[in-house]
Amino acid sequence: MGSVMDTVMGSVMGTVKAELLRLWKWPATWVLTGVWLVMTLTFGYVFNYLALSGGTNTRDLSQQQLIGSMQPENAGAAVVRGLPMFGGAIVLVLAALAVGSGYGWGTWKTTLTAGPRRVSAMAGTLGALAVVVVVLVALTFVVDLGAAIAVASLEDWGWSLPGWSAVEAVGASLLIAAMWTAFGVFLGVATRGPALAVGLGLMWAVVAENLLRGVGSLLGPVESLTGVLPGGSAGNLAGAVGGSGAPGVLNDLSGTTAALFLLGYVVFFAGAATLLKVRRDLV
Amino acid sequence: MIVTTEKLTKRYGDRAVVDEVSLSVRRGEVYGFLGPNGAGKTTTIRMLLGLVKPTGGTARVLGEAPGTPKALLRVGSLIEGPGFYPYLSGRDNLRVHAARRGLARSHVEAALEQVDLVGAAGQGFRRYSLGMKQRLGVAAALLGRPELLILDEPTNGLDPAGMADMRDLVRALTAQGQTVLLSSHLLGEVEEICDRVGVIANGRLVAESTVEQLRGDTVLLVRADPVEKAHVLIEGSSLHGDVLHVREADAASLVRTLVQADVDVREVRPLLRTLEEVFFEMTGAA
Repeated sequence: MGSVMDTVMGSVMGTVKAELLRLWKWPATWVLTGVWLVMTLTFGYVFNYLALSGGTNTRDLSQQQLIGSMQPENAGAAVVRGLPMFGGAIVLVLAALAVGSGYGWGTWKTTLTAGPRRVSAMAGTLGALAVVVVVLVALTFVVDLGAAIAVASLEDWGWSLPGWSAVEAVGASLLIAAMWTAFGVFLGVATRGPALAVGLGLMWAVVAENLLRGVGSLLGPVESLTGVLPGGSAGNLAGAVGGSGAPGVLNDLSGTTAALFLLGYVVFFAGAATLLKVRRDLV
Repeated sequence: MIVTTEKLTKRYGDRAVVDEVSLSVRRGEVYGFLGPNGAGKTTTIRMLLGLVKPTGGTARVLGEAPGTPKALLRVGSLIEGPGFYPYLSGRDNLRVHAARRGLARSHVEAALEQVDLVGAAGQGFRRYSLGMKQRLGVAAALLGRPELLILDEPTNGLDPAGMADMRDLVRALTAQGQTVLLSSHLLGEVEEICDRVGVIANGRLVAESTVEQLRGDTVLLVRADPVEKAHVLIEGSSLHGDVLHVREADAASLVRTLVQADVDVREVRPLLRTLEEVFFEMTGAA
Protein backbone atom coordinates (compact mmCIF):
# COMPACT_ATOMS: atom_id res chain seq x y z
CA MET A 1 0.00 0.00 0.00
CA GLY A 2 2.83 2.31 0.96
CA SER A 3 4.73 1.72 -2.25
CA VAL A 4 1.58 2.32 -4.31
CA MET A 5 1.10 5.66 -2.56
CA ASP A 6 4.76 6.50 -3.16
CA THR A 7 4.37 5.72 -6.86
CA VAL A 8 1.21 7.80 -7.15
CA MET A 9 2.76 10.72 -5.26
CA GLY A 10 5.90 10.41 -7.36
CA SER A 11 3.95 10.65 -10.61
CA VAL A 12 1.83 13.55 -9.29
CA MET A 13 4.96 15.42 -8.23
CA GLY A 14 6.59 14.70 -11.59
CA THR A 15 3.55 16.15 -13.36
CA VAL A 16 3.48 19.20 -11.04
CA LYS A 17 7.16 19.80 -11.81
CA ALA A 18 6.59 19.42 -15.55
CA GLU A 19 3.53 21.69 -15.53
CA LEU A 20 5.32 24.35 -13.46
CA LEU A 21 8.25 24.31 -15.86
CA ARG A 22 6.03 24.89 -18.87
CA LEU A 23 3.74 27.42 -17.10
CA TRP A 24 6.79 29.37 -15.91
CA LYS A 25 8.05 29.73 -19.48
CA TRP A 26 4.61 30.40 -20.97
CA PRO A 27 4.23 34.04 -22.04
CA ALA A 28 0.47 33.89 -21.31
CA THR A 29 1.19 33.31 -17.61
CA TRP A 30 3.21 36.51 -17.37
CA VAL A 31 0.97 38.58 -19.65
CA LEU A 32 -2.14 37.72 -17.60
CA THR A 33 -0.29 38.19 -14.31
CA GLY A 34 0.95 41.56 -15.54
CA VAL A 35 -2.53 42.60 -16.70
CA TRP A 36 -3.97 41.68 -13.32
CA LEU A 37 -1.30 43.55 -11.38
CA VAL A 38 -1.72 46.66 -13.54
CA MET A 39 -5.51 46.47 -13.04
CA THR A 40 -5.30 46.06 -9.28
CA LEU A 41 -2.85 48.95 -9.01
CA THR A 42 -4.80 51.19 -11.36
CA PHE A 43 -8.23 50.62 -9.86
CA GLY A 44 -7.06 50.13 -6.28
CA TYR A 45 -4.56 52.96 -5.97
CA VAL A 46 -3.95 55.15 -9.03
CA PHE A 47 -7.58 56.24 -9.56
CA ASN A 48 -8.23 56.60 -5.84
CA TYR A 49 -5.08 58.67 -5.43
CA LEU A 50 -6.05 60.89 -8.38
CA ALA A 51 -9.54 61.35 -6.90
CA LEU A 52 -8.04 62.23 -3.56
CA SER A 53 -5.66 64.77 -4.98
CA GLY A 54 -8.28 66.88 -6.74
CA GLY A 55 -9.80 64.69 -9.43
CA THR A 56 -13.52 64.13 -9.87
CA ASN A 57 -14.82 61.71 -7.25
CA THR A 58 -17.77 60.23 -9.17
CA ARG A 59 -18.37 57.47 -6.62
CA ASP A 60 -19.06 60.03 -3.92
CA LEU A 61 -16.52 58.48 -1.61
CA SER A 62 -15.55 60.60 1.32
CA GLN A 63 -11.94 61.62 1.62
CA GLN A 64 -11.72 59.37 4.67
CA GLN A 65 -12.95 56.36 2.68
CA LEU A 66 -10.42 57.01 -0.07
CA ILE A 67 -7.60 57.28 2.42
CA GLY A 68 -8.82 54.15 4.22
CA SER A 69 -8.90 52.09 1.02
CA MET A 70 -5.27 52.99 0.33
CA GLN A 71 -3.93 52.39 3.84
CA PRO A 72 -1.27 49.66 4.09
CA GLU A 73 -3.29 47.88 6.80
CA ASN A 74 -6.07 47.41 4.21
CA ALA A 75 -3.83 45.84 1.56
CA GLY A 76 -5.52 42.47 2.13
CA ALA A 77 -8.94 43.97 1.40
CA ALA A 78 -7.51 45.58 -1.75
CA VAL A 79 -6.48 42.13 -3.00
CA VAL A 80 -9.77 40.38 -2.27
CA ARG A 81 -12.13 43.04 -3.64
CA GLY A 82 -10.77 42.70 -7.17
CA LEU A 83 -11.12 38.93 -7.36
CA PRO A 84 -14.88 38.22 -7.47
CA MET A 85 -15.18 39.59 -10.98
CA PHE A 86 -12.22 40.93 -12.97
CA GLY A 87 -9.40 39.17 -11.14
CA GLY A 88 -11.43 35.98 -11.17
CA ALA A 89 -12.00 36.33 -14.89
CA ILE A 90 -8.26 36.66 -15.48
CA VAL A 91 -7.48 33.58 -13.39
CA LEU A 92 -10.25 31.67 -15.17
CA VAL A 93 -8.80 32.62 -18.57
CA LEU A 94 -5.34 31.46 -17.49
CA ALA A 95 -6.67 28.08 -16.32
CA ALA A 96 -8.90 27.58 -19.37
CA LEU A 97 -5.99 28.40 -21.69
CA ALA A 98 -3.54 26.21 -19.77
CA VAL A 99 -5.80 23.17 -19.98
CA GLY A 100 -7.70 23.82 -23.24
CA SER A 101 -4.62 24.59 -25.35
CA GLY A 102 -3.26 21.11 -24.66
CA TYR A 103 -5.92 19.65 -26.94
CA GLY A 104 -4.94 21.81 -29.91
CA TRP A 105 -1.20 21.41 -29.39
CA GLY A 106 -1.53 17.66 -28.85
CA THR A 107 0.27 17.93 -25.52
CA TRP A 108 -2.44 16.04 -23.62
CA LYS A 109 -1.65 13.08 -25.87
CA THR A 110 2.04 13.41 -24.94
CA THR A 111 1.18 13.84 -21.26
CA LEU A 112 -1.13 10.85 -21.04
CA THR A 113 1.33 8.53 -22.78
CA ALA A 114 4.25 9.64 -20.60
CA GLY A 115 3.38 7.33 -17.73
CA PRO A 116 1.18 8.88 -15.06
CA ARG A 117 -2.40 7.74 -14.65
CA ARG A 118 -4.97 10.21 -15.89
CA VAL A 119 -6.00 11.04 -12.33
CA SER A 120 -2.37 11.75 -11.44
CA ALA A 121 -1.93 13.86 -14.58
CA MET A 122 -4.97 15.95 -13.69
CA ALA A 123 -3.89 16.19 -10.06
CA GLY A 124 -0.50 17.41 -11.24
CA THR A 125 -2.06 20.02 -13.52
CA LEU A 126 -4.37 21.24 -10.75
CA GLY A 127 -1.45 21.26 -8.30
CA ALA A 128 0.70 23.36 -10.62
CA LEU A 129 -2.15 25.82 -11.22
CA ALA A 130 -2.68 26.00 -7.45
CA VAL A 131 0.96 27.02 -7.07
CA VAL A 132 0.47 29.70 -9.74
CA VAL A 133 -2.63 30.98 -7.91
CA VAL A 134 -0.78 31.16 -4.59
CA VAL A 135 2.09 33.06 -6.24
CA LEU A 136 -0.38 35.38 -8.02
CA VAL A 137 -2.28 36.23 -4.81
CA ALA A 138 0.96 36.66 -2.85
CA LEU A 139 2.39 38.88 -5.59
CA THR A 140 -0.80 40.95 -5.66
CA PHE A 141 -0.63 41.42 -1.90
CA VAL A 142 3.02 42.47 -2.05
CA VAL A 143 2.38 44.89 -4.92
CA ASP A 144 -0.72 46.36 -3.25
CA LEU A 145 1.12 46.70 0.06
CA GLY A 146 4.04 48.34 -1.70
CA ALA A 147 1.71 50.80 -3.45
CA ALA A 148 -0.12 51.53 -0.19
CA ILE A 149 3.14 52.21 1.67
CA ALA A 150 4.32 54.42 -1.20
CA VAL A 151 1.09 56.46 -1.12
CA ALA A 152 1.11 56.70 2.70
CA SER A 153 4.74 57.81 2.72
CA LEU A 154 4.12 60.29 -0.09
CA GLU A 155 1.16 61.82 1.71
CA ASP A 156 2.86 61.59 5.09
CA TRP A 157 0.02 59.58 6.65
CA GLY A 158 0.49 57.64 9.82
CA TRP A 159 0.17 53.98 8.90
CA SER A 160 0.59 50.49 10.30
CA LEU A 161 1.32 47.12 8.76
CA PRO A 162 -1.60 44.77 8.02
CA GLY A 163 -2.79 42.55 10.86
CA TRP A 164 -4.91 39.40 11.19
CA SER A 165 -7.62 40.81 8.92
CA ALA A 166 -5.10 40.73 6.05
CA VAL A 167 -4.47 37.03 6.63
CA GLU A 168 -8.22 36.47 6.49
CA ALA A 169 -8.50 38.52 3.29
CA VAL A 170 -5.58 36.74 1.62
CA GLY A 171 -7.05 33.36 2.60
CA ALA A 172 -10.38 34.41 1.10
CA SER A 173 -8.56 35.61 -2.02
CA LEU A 174 -6.93 32.20 -2.39
CA LEU A 175 -10.27 30.43 -2.10
CA ILE A 176 -11.91 32.75 -4.62
CA ALA A 177 -9.01 32.39 -7.07
CA ALA A 178 -9.02 28.60 -6.57
CA MET A 179 -12.72 28.48 -7.47
CA TRP A 180 -12.23 30.48 -10.68
CA THR A 181 -9.19 28.34 -11.54
CA ALA A 182 -11.14 25.10 -11.09
CA PHE A 183 -13.97 26.60 -13.18
CA GLY A 184 -11.47 27.40 -15.96
CA VAL A 185 -9.97 23.91 -15.81
CA PHE A 186 -13.43 22.37 -16.04
CA LEU A 187 -14.32 24.50 -19.06
CA GLY A 188 -10.99 23.68 -20.75
CA VAL A 189 -11.58 19.94 -20.35
CA ALA A 190 -15.30 20.06 -21.16
CA THR A 191 -14.87 22.04 -24.38
CA ARG A 192 -11.56 20.40 -25.34
CA GLY A 193 -10.11 23.67 -26.57
CA PRO A 194 -9.08 27.12 -25.39
CA ALA A 195 -11.34 29.41 -27.41
CA LEU A 196 -14.77 28.20 -26.36
CA ALA A 197 -13.59 27.66 -22.78
CA VAL A 198 -12.35 31.25 -22.50
CA GLY A 199 -15.45 32.63 -24.22
CA LEU A 200 -17.88 30.74 -22.02
CA GLY A 201 -15.88 31.53 -18.89
CA LEU A 202 -15.77 35.25 -19.56
CA MET A 203 -19.46 35.26 -20.47
CA TRP A 204 -20.26 33.68 -17.14
CA ALA A 205 -17.88 35.65 -14.95
CA VAL A 206 -18.49 39.10 -16.41
CA VAL A 207 -21.89 38.99 -18.10
CA ALA A 208 -24.24 36.15 -17.08
CA GLU A 209 -24.16 36.61 -13.31
CA ASN A 210 -24.56 40.38 -13.61
CA LEU A 211 -27.56 39.91 -15.88
CA LEU A 212 -29.08 37.46 -13.41
CA ARG A 213 -28.55 39.97 -10.60
CA GLY A 214 -30.44 42.47 -12.72
CA VAL A 215 -33.30 40.01 -13.16
CA GLY A 216 -33.06 39.21 -9.44
CA SER A 217 -34.27 42.67 -8.53
CA LEU A 218 -37.56 41.69 -10.23
CA LEU A 219 -37.77 38.05 -9.16
CA GLY A 220 -37.06 37.09 -5.54
CA PRO A 221 -36.00 33.44 -6.13
CA VAL A 222 -33.51 34.50 -8.79
CA GLU A 223 -32.04 37.07 -6.41
CA SER A 224 -31.52 34.36 -3.76
CA LEU A 225 -29.91 32.15 -6.37
CA THR A 226 -27.44 34.77 -7.57
CA GLY A 227 -25.94 35.01 -4.10
CA VAL A 228 -24.80 31.39 -4.19
CA LEU A 229 -23.63 31.17 -7.80
CA PRO A 230 -19.83 31.03 -8.28
CA GLY A 231 -19.40 34.78 -8.75
CA GLY A 232 -22.01 35.56 -6.11
CA SER A 233 -20.33 33.32 -3.53
CA ALA A 234 -16.98 34.91 -4.36
CA GLY A 235 -18.48 38.39 -4.01
CA ASN A 236 -20.09 37.54 -0.68
CA LEU A 237 -16.86 36.15 0.73
CA ALA A 238 -14.97 39.23 -0.44
CA GLY A 239 -17.62 41.43 1.19
CA ALA A 240 -17.44 39.45 4.42
CA VAL A 241 -13.68 39.93 4.81
CA GLY A 242 -13.67 43.67 4.24
CA GLY A 243 -13.54 44.02 0.48
CA SER A 244 -15.80 46.82 -0.68
CA GLY A 245 -16.30 49.36 -3.40
CA ALA A 246 -15.57 47.08 -6.34
CA PRO A 247 -17.84 45.41 -8.91
CA GLY A 248 -19.03 41.97 -7.82
CA VAL A 249 -18.55 42.48 -4.09
CA LEU A 250 -21.74 41.56 -2.18
CA ASN A 251 -22.94 41.51 1.39
CA ASP A 252 -25.83 39.03 1.30
CA LEU A 253 -24.27 35.93 2.87
CA SER A 254 -22.07 35.28 5.86
CA GLY A 255 -18.39 34.64 5.19
CA THR A 256 -18.66 31.04 6.37
CA THR A 257 -21.62 30.24 4.11
CA ALA A 258 -19.93 31.87 1.12
CA ALA A 259 -16.67 30.03 1.84
CA LEU A 260 -18.51 26.70 2.04
CA PHE A 261 -20.19 27.34 -1.30
CA LEU A 262 -16.83 28.23 -2.85
CA LEU A 263 -15.25 25.10 -1.43
CA GLY A 264 -18.11 23.09 -2.92
CA TYR A 265 -17.54 24.68 -6.32
CA VAL A 266 -13.79 23.92 -6.18
CA VAL A 267 -14.51 20.26 -5.41
CA PHE A 268 -17.27 20.08 -8.03
CA PHE A 269 -15.34 21.72 -10.88
CA ALA A 270 -12.06 19.89 -10.17
CA GLY A 271 -13.89 16.58 -9.70
CA ALA A 272 -16.01 16.97 -12.83
CA ALA A 273 -12.95 17.92 -14.91
CA THR A 274 -11.01 14.91 -13.62
CA LEU A 275 -13.93 12.58 -14.23
CA LEU A 276 -14.28 13.82 -17.81
CA LYS A 277 -10.55 13.47 -18.38
CA VAL A 278 -10.49 9.93 -17.02
CA ARG A 279 -13.57 8.66 -18.84
CA ARG A 280 -13.24 10.24 -22.26
CA ASP A 281 -11.20 8.86 -25.15
CA LEU A 282 -8.43 11.13 -26.36
CA VAL A 283 -8.86 11.14 -30.12
CA MET B 1 5.23 -11.59 -27.09
CA ILE B 2 5.61 -7.94 -26.22
CA VAL B 3 2.23 -6.83 -27.57
CA THR B 4 -0.80 -9.01 -28.05
CA THR B 5 -4.35 -8.16 -28.92
CA GLU B 6 -7.27 -10.55 -28.96
CA LYS B 7 -10.31 -9.52 -31.00
CA LEU B 8 -9.59 -5.90 -30.14
CA THR B 9 -12.56 -3.81 -31.22
CA LYS B 10 -13.54 -0.15 -31.20
CA ARG B 11 -17.00 0.89 -32.25
CA TYR B 12 -18.45 4.36 -32.59
CA GLY B 13 -22.18 3.72 -32.70
CA ASP B 14 -22.79 1.02 -35.29
CA ARG B 15 -19.48 1.60 -37.05
CA ALA B 16 -16.55 -0.64 -36.15
CA VAL B 17 -13.38 1.41 -36.63
CA VAL B 18 -11.28 -1.51 -35.40
CA ASP B 19 -12.93 -4.89 -35.81
CA GLU B 20 -11.69 -7.89 -33.85
CA VAL B 21 -8.00 -7.29 -34.50
CA SER B 22 -5.72 -10.00 -33.13
CA LEU B 23 -2.06 -9.21 -33.60
CA SER B 24 1.18 -10.03 -31.87
CA VAL B 25 4.51 -8.25 -31.74
CA ARG B 26 7.55 -10.26 -30.72
CA ARG B 27 10.35 -8.98 -28.54
CA GLY B 28 13.23 -7.47 -30.48
CA GLU B 29 11.51 -7.23 -33.86
CA VAL B 30 10.45 -4.33 -36.04
CA TYR B 31 6.74 -4.79 -36.67
CA GLY B 32 5.27 -2.85 -39.55
CA PHE B 33 1.64 -1.86 -39.26
CA LEU B 34 0.30 -1.16 -42.72
CA GLY B 35 -3.02 0.10 -43.93
CA PRO B 36 -4.63 2.81 -46.03
CA ASN B 37 -5.88 6.02 -44.43
CA GLY B 38 -8.83 5.38 -42.15
CA ALA B 39 -8.09 1.67 -41.92
CA GLY B 40 -7.88 1.76 -38.12
CA LYS B 41 -4.10 1.85 -37.56
CA THR B 42 -4.01 4.92 -35.34
CA THR B 43 -7.09 3.88 -33.36
CA THR B 44 -5.44 0.52 -32.70
CA ILE B 45 -2.24 2.26 -31.59
CA ARG B 46 -4.24 4.65 -29.38
CA MET B 47 -5.88 1.64 -27.74
CA LEU B 48 -2.46 0.09 -27.10
CA LEU B 49 -1.44 3.30 -25.33
CA GLY B 50 -4.64 3.65 -23.33
CA LEU B 51 -5.75 6.87 -25.04
CA VAL B 52 -8.83 5.16 -26.47
CA LYS B 53 -10.80 2.53 -24.59
CA PRO B 54 -11.73 -0.60 -26.55
CA THR B 55 -15.37 -1.57 -26.82
CA GLY B 56 -14.44 -5.22 -27.14
CA GLY B 57 -11.55 -7.66 -26.95
CA THR B 58 -8.37 -7.42 -24.96
CA ALA B 59 -4.82 -6.12 -25.32
CA ARG B 60 -1.64 -6.60 -23.33
CA VAL B 61 1.42 -4.40 -23.67
CA LEU B 62 4.55 -5.78 -22.02
CA GLY B 63 2.27 -8.07 -20.08
CA GLU B 64 0.28 -5.16 -18.65
CA ALA B 65 -3.06 -3.58 -19.40
CA PRO B 66 -2.69 -0.71 -21.91
CA GLY B 67 -2.48 2.79 -20.46
CA THR B 68 -1.30 1.72 -17.01
CA PRO B 69 1.85 3.38 -15.64
CA LYS B 70 3.59 -0.02 -15.54
CA ALA B 71 3.14 -0.34 -19.30
CA LEU B 72 3.52 3.31 -20.32
CA LEU B 73 6.81 3.85 -18.48
CA ARG B 74 8.33 1.07 -20.61
CA VAL B 75 6.89 2.38 -23.88
CA GLY B 76 7.98 5.37 -25.95
CA SER B 77 5.52 6.64 -28.51
CA LEU B 78 4.94 9.09 -31.29
CA ILE B 79 1.34 9.22 -32.47
CA GLU B 80 0.03 11.26 -35.40
CA GLY B 81 2.76 13.85 -35.18
CA PRO B 82 4.51 15.28 -32.16
CA GLY B 83 2.54 17.14 -29.46
CA PHE B 84 4.73 19.82 -27.92
CA TYR B 85 4.41 23.31 -26.42
CA PRO B 86 5.08 25.73 -29.30
CA TYR B 87 6.57 28.44 -27.06
CA LEU B 88 9.18 26.14 -25.48
CA SER B 89 12.48 25.16 -27.06
CA GLY B 90 13.02 21.59 -28.19
CA ARG B 91 15.21 20.96 -25.15
CA ASP B 92 12.68 22.42 -22.70
CA ASN B 93 9.91 20.35 -24.26
CA LEU B 94 11.96 17.23 -23.66
CA ARG B 95 12.70 18.38 -20.09
CA VAL B 96 8.98 18.70 -19.45
CA HIS B 97 8.41 15.23 -20.91
CA ALA B 98 11.31 13.79 -18.89
CA ALA B 99 9.88 15.28 -15.68
CA ARG B 100 6.56 13.58 -16.38
CA ARG B 101 8.36 10.27 -16.84
CA GLY B 102 10.42 10.83 -13.70
CA LEU B 103 13.70 10.91 -15.64
CA ALA B 104 16.84 12.93 -15.02
CA ARG B 105 17.81 15.76 -17.38
CA SER B 106 20.81 13.75 -18.64
CA HIS B 107 18.35 11.59 -20.60
CA VAL B 108 17.31 14.66 -22.58
CA GLU B 109 20.77 15.30 -24.02
CA ALA B 110 21.20 11.63 -24.91
CA ALA B 111 17.89 11.60 -26.79
CA LEU B 112 18.73 14.84 -28.61
CA GLU B 113 22.03 13.34 -29.73
CA GLN B 114 20.31 10.19 -30.98
CA VAL B 115 18.15 12.20 -33.38
CA ASP B 116 20.90 14.69 -34.24
CA LEU B 117 19.05 17.69 -32.85
CA VAL B 118 21.55 19.01 -30.30
CA GLY B 119 22.44 22.06 -32.40
CA ALA B 120 18.82 23.19 -32.73
CA ALA B 121 17.68 22.14 -29.26
CA GLY B 122 17.64 25.73 -27.98
CA GLN B 123 15.34 26.98 -30.75
CA GLY B 124 11.63 27.45 -30.15
CA PHE B 125 9.55 24.46 -31.23
CA ARG B 126 7.27 26.68 -33.33
CA ARG B 127 10.26 27.59 -35.51
CA TYR B 128 11.15 23.97 -36.26
CA SER B 129 10.65 22.53 -39.73
CA LEU B 130 8.27 19.58 -40.05
CA GLY B 131 11.23 17.21 -40.15
CA MET B 132 12.78 18.71 -36.99
CA LYS B 133 9.45 18.45 -35.19
CA GLN B 134 9.23 14.82 -36.17
CA ARG B 135 12.76 14.14 -34.95
CA LEU B 136 11.97 15.82 -31.63
CA GLY B 137 8.91 13.57 -31.36
CA VAL B 138 11.13 10.54 -31.86
CA ALA B 139 13.58 11.92 -29.27
CA ALA B 140 10.71 12.16 -26.78
CA ALA B 141 9.79 8.56 -27.54
CA LEU B 142 13.40 7.50 -26.93
CA LEU B 143 13.63 9.13 -23.48
CA GLY B 144 14.58 6.59 -20.85
CA ARG B 145 15.39 3.85 -23.38
CA PRO B 146 11.96 2.20 -23.40
CA GLU B 147 11.65 -1.49 -24.21
CA LEU B 148 8.98 -0.83 -26.82
CA LEU B 149 8.72 2.05 -29.29
CA ILE B 150 5.42 2.74 -30.98
CA LEU B 151 6.01 5.07 -33.89
CA ASP B 152 3.13 6.28 -36.03
CA GLU B 153 4.47 7.46 -39.40
CA PRO B 154 7.87 8.47 -37.98
CA THR B 155 9.31 9.55 -41.32
CA ASN B 156 6.52 12.04 -42.06
CA GLY B 157 8.06 15.31 -43.20
CA LEU B 158 11.62 13.97 -43.32
CA ASP B 159 13.76 14.48 -46.41
CA PRO B 160 15.37 11.41 -48.03
CA ALA B 161 18.51 11.76 -45.90
CA GLY B 162 16.38 12.10 -42.77
CA MET B 163 14.39 9.02 -43.76
CA ALA B 164 17.57 7.04 -44.22
CA ASP B 165 18.77 8.25 -40.79
CA MET B 166 15.48 7.16 -39.27
CA ARG B 167 15.81 3.71 -40.80
CA ASP B 168 19.34 3.45 -39.42
CA LEU B 169 18.08 4.57 -36.02
CA VAL B 170 15.33 1.95 -35.99
CA ARG B 171 17.84 -0.74 -36.96
CA ALA B 172 20.21 0.45 -34.22
CA LEU B 173 17.42 0.34 -31.66
CA THR B 174 16.52 -3.25 -32.48
CA ALA B 175 20.21 -4.14 -32.42
CA GLN B 176 20.19 -2.91 -28.81
CA GLY B 177 17.25 -5.18 -28.04
CA GLN B 178 14.44 -2.64 -28.30
CA THR B 179 11.22 -3.57 -30.06
CA VAL B 180 9.63 -1.24 -32.58
CA LEU B 181 6.01 -1.14 -33.72
CA LEU B 182 5.96 1.11 -36.72
CA SER B 183 3.00 2.26 -38.72
CA SER B 184 3.77 3.62 -42.13
CA HIS B 185 2.25 4.19 -45.51
CA LEU B 186 5.70 3.97 -47.13
CA LEU B 187 5.77 0.37 -48.25
CA GLY B 188 9.37 0.50 -49.36
CA GLU B 189 10.36 1.61 -45.89
CA VAL B 190 8.43 -1.21 -44.26
CA GLU B 191 9.88 -3.69 -46.72
CA GLU B 192 13.38 -2.50 -45.90
CA ILE B 193 13.33 -2.44 -42.11
CA CYS B 194 10.45 -4.54 -40.82
CA ASP B 195 10.75 -8.16 -39.76
CA ARG B 196 7.03 -8.79 -39.70
CA VAL B 197 4.03 -6.94 -41.00
CA GLY B 198 0.37 -6.62 -40.08
CA VAL B 199 -1.95 -5.33 -42.78
CA ILE B 200 -5.18 -3.68 -41.70
CA ALA B 201 -8.06 -2.69 -43.95
CA ASN B 202 -11.51 -1.44 -42.99
CA GLY B 203 -10.68 -2.10 -39.35
CA ARG B 204 -9.80 -5.76 -39.86
CA LEU B 205 -6.37 -7.33 -39.80
CA VAL B 206 -6.20 -9.01 -43.20
CA ALA B 207 -2.71 -10.44 -42.92
CA GLU B 208 0.11 -10.85 -40.45
CA SER B 209 3.36 -12.50 -41.41
CA THR B 210 6.94 -11.86 -42.38
CA VAL B 211 7.59 -9.54 -45.28
CA GLU B 212 8.94 -12.47 -47.29
CA GLN B 213 5.80 -14.50 -46.74
CA LEU B 214 3.63 -11.58 -47.73
CA ARG B 215 5.59 -10.95 -50.89
CA GLY B 216 5.18 -14.60 -51.81
CA ASP B 217 8.71 -15.88 -51.36
CA THR B 218 7.16 -19.09 -50.13
CA VAL B 219 4.81 -19.38 -53.10
CA LEU B 220 5.97 -21.02 -56.31
CA LEU B 221 4.73 -19.95 -59.69
CA VAL B 222 4.38 -22.97 -61.97
CA ARG B 223 3.83 -22.77 -65.72
CA ALA B 224 2.93 -26.21 -66.99
CA ASP B 225 1.12 -27.83 -69.89
CA PRO B 226 -1.61 -28.92 -69.55
CA VAL B 227 -2.09 -26.64 -66.59
CA GLU B 228 -5.44 -28.19 -65.58
CA LYS B 229 -3.81 -31.59 -65.15
CA ALA B 230 -1.03 -30.02 -63.10
CA HIS B 231 -3.61 -28.30 -60.93
CA VAL B 232 -5.24 -31.65 -60.15
CA LEU B 233 -1.89 -33.30 -59.47
CA ILE B 234 -0.51 -30.68 -57.10
CA GLU B 235 -2.46 -30.60 -53.88
CA GLY B 236 -3.16 -27.12 -52.56
CA SER B 237 -2.36 -25.37 -55.82
CA SER B 238 -4.48 -22.53 -57.12
CA LEU B 239 -5.09 -21.76 -60.74
CA HIS B 240 -4.48 -18.18 -61.93
CA GLY B 241 -5.07 -18.03 -65.69
CA ASP B 242 -2.45 -20.24 -67.29
CA VAL B 243 -0.25 -20.54 -64.20
CA LEU B 244 -0.44 -22.26 -60.85
CA HIS B 245 0.44 -20.82 -57.44
CA VAL B 246 1.72 -23.44 -55.03
CA ARG B 247 2.27 -22.55 -51.38
CA GLU B 248 5.06 -23.99 -49.21
CA ALA B 249 6.18 -26.55 -51.83
CA ASP B 250 9.53 -28.15 -52.57
CA ALA B 251 10.37 -27.26 -56.18
CA ALA B 252 12.35 -30.45 -56.93
CA SER B 253 9.66 -32.88 -55.79
CA LEU B 254 6.98 -30.79 -57.49
CA VAL B 255 8.80 -30.97 -60.85
CA ARG B 256 9.40 -34.68 -60.40
CA THR B 257 5.69 -35.29 -59.78
CA LEU B 258 4.65 -33.35 -62.85
CA VAL B 259 7.24 -34.89 -65.18
CA GLN B 260 6.39 -38.40 -64.02
CA ALA B 261 2.74 -37.64 -64.85
CA ASP B 262 3.75 -36.54 -68.35
CA VAL B 263 3.13 -32.85 -67.76
CA ASP B 264 5.50 -30.43 -69.48
CA VAL B 265 7.08 -28.06 -66.96
CA ARG B 266 8.02 -24.76 -68.62
CA GLU B 267 8.74 -22.55 -65.63
CA VAL B 268 9.05 -22.88 -61.85
CA ARG B 269 10.11 -19.87 -59.81
CA PRO B 270 9.29 -18.08 -56.55
CA LEU B 271 6.30 -15.82 -56.98
CA LEU B 272 7.82 -12.48 -56.01
CA ARG B 273 5.59 -9.45 -55.75
CA THR B 274 6.41 -6.11 -54.30
CA LEU B 275 4.89 -5.40 -50.94
CA GLU B 276 3.01 -2.63 -52.68
CA GLU B 277 1.26 -5.13 -54.95
CA VAL B 278 0.39 -7.34 -52.01
CA PHE B 279 -0.81 -4.36 -50.02
CA PHE B 280 -3.10 -3.13 -52.79
CA GLU B 281 -4.41 -6.64 -53.36
CA MET B 282 -5.23 -7.09 -49.69
CA THR B 283 -6.64 -3.70 -48.92
CA GLY B 284 -8.50 -3.24 -52.15
CA ALA B 285 -6.80 0.12 -52.62
CA ALA B 286 -5.46 1.10 -56.01
